[in-house]
Amino acid sequence: MADELMLEIVTPEKLAFSGKVEEVTVPGSEGEFGVLRGHALLLSSIQIGELSYTKDNKRICYAVDTGYAEVLSGKVTVLVEGAERSDMIDKDQARKDKADAEARLVKMAKEDQDYELVKAAVAKADMRLKVAEKA
Amino acid sequence: MAALKDIKRQIEGVHKTKQITSAMNMVAASKFRTAQMRMDNYRPYAGKFMEVLNSLALRVDATSHPLLAVRPPKKLRVICMSSDRGLCGGFNTNLIKATERFLKEKQGEGKDVTLIPVGRKGRDYLRKKTKTINDRVDVFRKFDMGLAVEISNDIIPSFLKEEYDELYLVYNEFKNVSIHRPVVVRLFPLPSIGQEEAVDPEKRIDYIYEPSDEVLLERILPMYVRVLIYRALLETYAGENGARMAAMDNATRNCEELIGSLSLKYNKARQGAITAELMDIVGGTEALAKG
Repeated sequence: MADELMLEIVTPEKLAFSGKVEEVTVPGSEGEFGVLRGHALLLSSIQIGELSYTKDNKRICYAVDTGYAEVLSGKVTVLVEGAERSDMIDKDQARKDKADAEARLVKMAKEDQDYELVKAAVAKADMRLKVAEKA
Repeated sequence: MAALKDIKRQIEGVHKTKQITSAMNMVAASKFRTAQMRMDNYRPYAGKFMEVLNSLALRVDATSHPLLAVRPPKKLRVICMSSDRGLCGGFNTNLIKATERFLKEKQGEGKDVTLIPVGRKGRDYLRKKTKTINDRVDVFRKFDMGLAVEISNDIIPSFLKEEYDELYLVYNEFKNVSIHRPVVVRLFPLPSIGQEEAVDPEKRIDYIYEPSDEVLLERILPMYVRVLIYRALLETYAGENGARMAAMDNATRNCEELIGSLSLKYNKARQGAITAELMDIVGGTEALAKG
């Protein structure tokens, strides 16, 4: 089909997804953007968020970590440090991670060196929970 | 006979050792296969990452980035990546020796060196020799990118705050099951990127960069540090299990040899005893016949 797009989601652990899709929505650091076939060449960083694509009219969601996306004509490569499909997320683990990180955050001062890191951990667990709800 | 019993007991003991070493060999082999699979899975990520990094570095003058800042090296940090557990031949010994040599060389130049040990074996030995911080032990049982992120979170902010000037990583480079050699790599300041593999300008793709190419490079460089660390972690894990596999295979073979020679000794002693007894009887009957 002419309007198909190749998508590859690559993480250090594995090739999380590779296949033809109709559309991809990427959580870019400057805002979410959608990619269809014929999109201009683009290189964008990705922040912790929800990445989704449509295939056979079904919407599949992934919780992704930071990384970047490269858009070439007809092909999107997403390089992220972690990606989990919505139905693969361990909700209990995510909930626990979130609680742990929040508990640490409360004890910390804003100036703390790890403050941003723990905040990112909270955001990550939060995003995983949110994406897991969609499964 | 006492000697016979002793040999028998010895054979049993060696046999039990053999069972243990061959079991350890099999466990290491299965872990090694997993490690190799993970390395294979990692390759596309690292490859693709370097491609984009190089193409970015060509466009942007990266020398101004703080992670590439060259300062007169007074304070050094060294990450020593060893395994958590022993019984893997010379794997850790060689690494520790290489680390010590490197430390001595740098300290000889009058530099202040702090060690960041990753892995129990290296930490246990080296912490008696030099000062250490941020050590991480018992990490290899189960590790993922999260560990590389943790390590990079230890080292990046403190480099930016100029708490130290140079960072080196010592680890066992993985060649194959039996070959691994310690290497020293400089992590900070990051060696200049993009130059070594000159990308064909024809192949350069003019992307739209979001955010701008400079900011993008700035965000990608910390990821690059993690790519390097994670690779070293994977190689250490694979190397450790490969080395243990080889060591245990050797041990098993030695046990077999030992059992063989002990059995021979046992059989000889037993035959000796039988012959002696026969001689006794024969001697006895002859004496009776004469009488």
